Amino acid sequence: MVRTLAGLVGIGFVLALACALWTSVAGVITSPPDHLIGDSKYHLAPKPLHLASDGVFGKFDRRQVQRGFQVFTEVCSACHSLKEVSFRDLQEIGYNEAEVKAIAKNWKIEQPSINPDTGEAATRPNLPSDHFPSPFANEVAARAANNNALPPDLSLMAKAREGGAPYIYSILTGYQQPSAALKKDFPDFTVPQGLNFNPYFPTMNIAMAQQLKTEGQVEYTDGTRPTVDQMAQDVSAFLVWAAEPKLEARHQYGFMAIIFLIIASGLAYGAYREVWADVKH
Amino acid sequence: MSFPWAKHYAPKNPFMRWMDEKLPLPRLVYNAVGAGYPVPRNLNYFWNFGVLAGVALTIQIVTGIVLAMHYAANAGVAFDSVEHIMRDVNGGWFLRYAHATGASMFFIVVYIHIFRGLFYGSYKAPREMVWLLGVVIFLLMMATAFMGYVLPWGQMSFWGAQVITGFFSAIPGVGETIRIWLLGGYAPDDAALNRFFSLHYLLPFVIAAVIVLHIWALHIPGSSNPTGVDVKGEQDTVPFHPYYTAKDGFGVGIFLLIFASILFFAPNALGHPDNYIPANPLQTPAEIVPEWYFWPFYAILRSFTFNFLFIPAKLWGVLAMFGSILLLFFLPWLDASPVRSGNYRPKFRVAFWILVVDVLVLGYCGGSPAHPGYVITAQIAAIYYFAHFLIILPWISRSERTKPLPNSITEAVLAKHGGTSPAQSALA
Repeated sequence: MVRTLAGLVGIGFVLALACALWTSVAGVITSPPDHLIGDSKYHLAPKPLHLASDGVFGKFDRRQVQRGFQVFTEVCSACHSLKEVSFRDLQEIGYNEAEVKAIAKNWKIEQPSINPDTGEAATRPNLPSDHFPSPFANEVAARAANNNALPPDLSLMAKAREGGAPYIYSILTGYQQPSAALKKDFPDFTVPQGLNFNPYFPTMNIAMAQQLKTEGQVEYTDGTRPTVDQMAQDVSAFLVWAAEPKLEARHQYGFMAIIFLIIASGLAYGAYREVWADVKH
Repeated sequence: MSFPWAKHYAPKNPFMRWMDEKLPLPRLVYNAVGAGYPVPRNLNYFWNFGVLAGVALTIQIVTGIVLAMHYAANAGVAFDSVEHIMRDVNGGWFLRYAHATGASMFFIVVYIHIFRGLFYGSYKAPREMVWLLGVVIFLLMMATAFMGYVLPWGQMSFWGAQVITGFFSAIPGVGETIRIWLLGGYAPDDAALNRFFSLHYLLPFVIAAVIVLHIWALHIPGSSNPTGVDVKGEQDTVPFHPYYTAKDGFGVGIFLLIFASILFFAPNALGHPDNYIPANPLQTPAEIVPEWYFWPFYAILRSFTFNFLFIPAKLWGVLAMFGSILLLFFLPWLDASPVRSGNYRPKFRVAFWILVVDVLVLGYCGGSPAHPGYVITAQIAAIYYFAHFLIILPWISRSERTKPLPNSITEAVLAKHGGTSPAQSALA
């Protein structure tokens, strides 16, 4: 009885699938699928970017991350929030307590607060324990200031996009004119109003205008030449730290854990062979 | 299993004697996983995976309980509370990554455990109940994992919840009402998140209880073995302790090595970047995909695109997706062959390996966008999946000619070692 019912159910599913398969194949034959945006041959894969934090033994290059923080402060923080990161976390990338207090106090955007006398909404200078405040009061204000686009929070950007840090680096340095081949295939193509062409972005038209434009936009204190490429690499390295501040600890503990487990497994294997030595199996 | 030659628990220590009289828990452990449980001597490494599943569950429970001390299940703060765990809680990054990686490891281990059961006929009489309880455990795991993935309240959490709870609206008539009742609202929101957290905390303990039944049901007939031949005498078995405790110890070491490699060096490899974006009900991701362990079922769900027999394709998809797991309940009665192990069933072996490839293909399609190429491949693979269990297996099991079985486990072991004469029957 089970077999008959099962067979009928099986035939039911198989027939439903066969009909679906038939219509799919017929659909493909009659109207071949268009290239979808992500698959477009004009959408480019991220450029390679090699950071000190890459790989199994990766560590942060603290000088580079500090340079990246400087780029973030002077270029990106005008529009982008970093709300998961606290000022005190900057001690992990090499700033001392006094420097962190100064960075927090001098941060252009103040922390929302209450006027202690009148109870009205006010702001106060940042403390190291505060998270980075958002440049805009709310989403509406952010969109109003950016042509209805919402600049995303950057705390997790290096983990929140396919391609990670290389993707961020490619976007920042990828602004260009549409290629000749693209113009030949799509002669009517114009960049939509308010957007900017960037072949590294999934839809190839990004709301953010090019921000890293000229060499020397940011003056590095450690003497590194602030080319557009260098600034893009540095801010990408900073964003990797912002997204994964525990990366170094993770790699260190991981190394110890693997060594321990290799030794322990080796001993466990030895014990297993010892226990089973006289027993055929 | 009370084989007559099983060792008996005989405590010598006066305190242990007292315990044995008042609450015989040590005796229970001795008879379940100690020297008092005889096990076939010829088990291969595929028999390690049951214990590994138990280890994975324990890791999930321990890391999960500590995570729950720091997590906030409220839609406005859930995402930030997870970042708080990752950045501010001491060792929080380790707990979070351990719990996320642990879920994947749990499913890897359980899938291998299930495929072991499929190949060696572990679901056949007298172990049908073990198999049925196992399918129940698998369903509970899937529910737990789904709800757990919603908790960080990222884009994939929210939209995955939207898709999965949408299944209930496929039920004709009352579907939409049921969906709203389950969610506590019209869409996944605070109400859904809170109840998912509550149930996510509860279900692992239900799983633990069903595992107790699963092992108890197994210990009635005792473990099967790669030949599928029953235990005939003392020479066929060894006591679980120390033989399989030692082997399982080594297995756990290798399991933890793989676990640690992923946790410490590629913790986000098995996840989706979109879940690091806070949930936004007004912005649908480019592609909505569940975690990798649901991909084969997701592929089956998306394969049904035709309103066959005037039943909507969406309902077909939901029924088939659940059906693909529920049919496992009937496997002991679909596969009628008296021969258990695939080692002695040539036609069955071919079908089995095709099934393995088929499930991998379904998995690959399930994780891919629903472009025509992937959809067509998934449809063909889904046809094979249902045909395998519901048409091919019943037919093969009744018509195939099996290879001759060894007379006993001992005979099989000796044959492997080259000795067949009775004089060489010393197994030690």
